[in-house]
Parts: sequence; C-alpha cells; structure tokens
Amino acid sequence: MTFTIPIDNGDALKNAETDSQRTLYPYVTGTSIVAIKYKEGVLMASDMGGSYGSTLRYKNIERVKAIGKHSLLGASGEISDFQEILRYLDELVLNDNMWDDGNSLGPKEVHNYLTRVMYNRRNKFNPLWNTLVLGGVKNGQSYLGMVSMIGVSFEDNHVATGFGNHLARPILRDEWHADLSFEDGVKLLEKCMRVLLYRDRSAINKLQISKITEEGVTVSQPYSLKTFWEFQAFHNPTAGAQGSW
Amino acid sequence: MTKQHANWSPYDNNGGTCVAIAGSDYCVIAADTRMSTGYSILSRDYSKIHNCKADKAVLSSSGFQADVKALQKVLKSRHLVYQHQHNKQMSCPAMAQLLSNTLYFKRFFPYYAFNVLGGLDEEGKGCVFTYDAVGSYEKVGYSAQGSGSTLIMPFLDNQLKSPSPLLLPAQDAITPLSEPEAVDLVKTVFASATERDIYTGDKLEIMILKADGIRTEVMELRKTLSECWQHTLSIVLIRISTLGSLCYLELCLKFSCVVNRFSFSYL
Repeated sequence: MTFTIPIDNGDALKNAETDSQRTLYPYVTGTSIVAIKYKEGVLMASDMGGSYGSTLRYKNIERVKAIGKHSLLGASGEISDFQEILRYLDELVLNDNMWDDGNSLGPKEVHNYLTRVMYNRRNKFNPLWNTLVLGGVKNGQSYLGMVSMIGVSFEDNHVATGFGNHLARPILRDEWHADLSFEDGVKLLEKCMRVLLYRDRSAINKLQISKITEEGVTVSQPYSLKTFWEFQAFHNPTAGAQGSW
Repeated sequence: MTKQHANWSPYDNNGGTCVAIAGSDYCVIAADTRMSTGYSILSRDYSKIHNCKADKAVLSSSGFQADVKALQKVLKSRHLVYQHQHNKQMSCPAMAQLLSNTLYFKRFFPYYAFNVLGGLDEEGKGCVFTYDAVGSYEKVGYSAQGSGSTLIMPFLDNQLKSPSPLLLPAQDAITPLSEPEAVDLVKTVFASATERDIYTGDKLEIMILKADGIRTEVMELRKTLSECWQHTLSIVLIRISTLGSLCYLELCLKFSCVVNRFSFSYL
C-alpha cells in the first residue's frame, strides 16, 4: 500500500524547523544481523562495517551492544539512530537500576519497550531507520525477537535483518534445531555470514559474534572468515562463449 | 520548492487470513500463523488471534501487524478499565461497538487492521462481527478477512447459505451446523486458501468458544508448494463425504492415489 505524505516546503521559513528534523533517508548504514537461540542462550553475529551509500566509510562499528544484565541488542540500518536508541535504553536501564529493588529488565521487557518506541516514532512520521534484533536470557528462558522501523515485531528461534532475511534465514530454517552447542551455533552463524559476505555488497569480512547466557554477555574479538574464490567456473568465465572483443 | 514525497510507507501488509463462524451455542474463530513482508516470510508461528481476556469475545485481525498489536493492546486495556468500573466482563456486542469506535477514532490515519470479532451474545448464541479498517461493522453469521478472504468468502456463502438481510421477518444468520462440522468446514476452507494464497499457510489456529470455556486446536497447513497433496485432499474428501455421496468419494480416493504418485512430477 503506497502512502505519500505531502511535505509542503513552499513556506520555507515557517516549515524550516519542523521539516528538517524528520528522517527522510538513512546516511550511514549497517548491514545484516543474524541471531539464533542455542542451548545456553543466544548468539548474534554482525559485521563491523558502516556504509555511506556505496562507500565503505567505517570499518570498526560495533553494531551489537549489551543492554542491562540480560539482553543483547543488534541493529542494522542508520547508525546514528542506533546510537540514539542506545541513549534511550541507557536512560531506561538507569531508571530501572535506581529502583534498587533486586528486579532487572529482561529481554521481553526491552523488546516491548523498543517496539513501542519504534511504533510511536512511525506514528509521528519520523522513524528510527533501524531493524533491531533483541536477544537475551533471564531465569533460564532464552528470548530472541526483532523489531522493524515501522514497529512490526515478532519473536522466533532465529532472526536475521536486511539481506540476512533473504539469504541466511533459509539456511537457518533448514539447519537450526533446539539445543545447539556453542560450537555448532557459531559454525551455523559463520555459514550464514559467509554467504552474506559473498553476496551482500555492503558486507565486509570483519565480524564479531556476541554471546549472551545466564552468566552474562561476551563479545568476541573481530575476526574474518576464510573465503574461497578459486572456483574453476570463474577462472575463465567466457570459456564457453569466446567473443571477438 | 516542489512538494517532497516520503520514500517510505508507514504501512506494510503482513498478510494472513482470519475466519469466524457463529453457531447456535458456539463460535469458531480461526486464523493462520504466517507473518510475511513483501515476498519474505518473517515468522511461521505468529498468532493473529487475541483473547482480550473476555470469555465471551475473541478478536482475530490480519493486516499490518504493528497496528494490529497496538489495536489489541488498546482493547485489552479498555476492557480492563471496563471490568474495574462495571464489575463484570464486556459482552460481545459491547466489545464490537468498542472496536468500531476505536477504529474510527483513527479515521484519518487508520489502523491497517482487518478484524473479525467472534463470541457469544447475551443469549448464549454465537455471533460474529466483521469490520473494515475504519470501523464500519456488521453482525453476521460468518466472515473471512485478510489476504485469503476473497478465496474463502464465496465458499462460505455457498456452504452456509446465509439468508438475505432484506427478508422480513429478520432471519438469523447463525448456521445450523454442529460444532464439529463447523470446525471441519474451517479446516477445509483454510486448506484450500493455502493452495492459492501465498500469504496464508504454515499453521492454522482454531479457537472454539462455548458457554463453558474456550478450546484451542492447531492444525498444520502447507508450508511450500512441494509438499504432499494427500493432506489437503484428505480433508477435502472428508468434507465431500459428509455431504453424502459415497460412490463419488470412492472415485475421489482413487484419483487421490493416482495424483499422489504423480504429484512430485507436477510440482
């Protein structure tokens, strides 16, 4: 369903402040996030690239951050909006800690809060241009959910944003099963990230895998995947159809 | 300066179909569990049925999932306030009016939600209310909304033979079918809609409301094109057999065996 918003820029002086504040397009963007539930909790993989249109501007952006004691938030889309969301969540977690009552925000609560934030921004026609992945463990229960920039949210055993939804999700649907060990989970995520590396233009070969369990959050050091570019068919691509030029 | 147009839409259609059928002392509400966006599937296990914590009314909505969720939250909280103020649960007709008003309240930035409200009215008879996105509603004997509604509604019209609303004296649209027959009809209808509507499939969630409580049933639906036909056919055949012709059934069974052997070559 197409929907156009008449933004009348005729009276520039009157509208200058209101209109220039709305998000119209993303500028610096992160590509896919892939996440799965495994035996002890949730694993989340992301690369460290921040693209400025078609330029790979930033190569050291951490797109997965720990939230409170029980959650991990990964974001794809506009990086500055992600940083704004981290500020919102910082305030949320701070207020939660100030109660000092032994309770702490679990992943379900954070996911619900984010869904409401994204939906309300969409209602004001000023979206946060992100697709967020929220994973966590609380009281032995693993949780993994996703929110899009217009507020569509759901939870599942495996999620992926952006290109990952097209390329990684089918692999996960085929090969994910309950109670994956840590090694198997990492292998599965690496398989997905490798496909994304080959096929997603904005992916870079520098990724981090973050893990959250009942004990806490661990973010791996950045590393790169082994890739293979020596397929015979690509050595001499025109072998079957030699042209004159 | 020329008018700028937004390059994103605040709406999206996450697909799915909802159906409800009212009976003499029961109401069946059913919806599939597939949530999609564009040509991708986001989740194969997302429930569209919302129990507003009222034991006489169950809401099922398809359309834009974020709006559906917000709408369900609003109704849930309004119902809670009603219970505190009136010391009783909302009746189904009351919930129906509330839903209509809630939808119209956002007439100029609508909830993109296509709703079917099912439940038991004050006399204990089944009732179904069907809505459009801005709140116009009607009490009917059965309804389908969502991406598969165009496939399902004509079939329900044929099978449930609703009397014309223009007749005098007014005739009840409640179906004379028994509860197991209605549940069976719902399963048939979804199995058929799944064949041709790409946004309907995965699982079917059925809620049956009766005076003594709510019962839930879950049935698997086709997930892709290359699954066995047998499942679909067997349900359709059961339906045909209950309409009464046994020799026709025999022929169909023979046909289904032949089709099974060849189904993978076609698909």
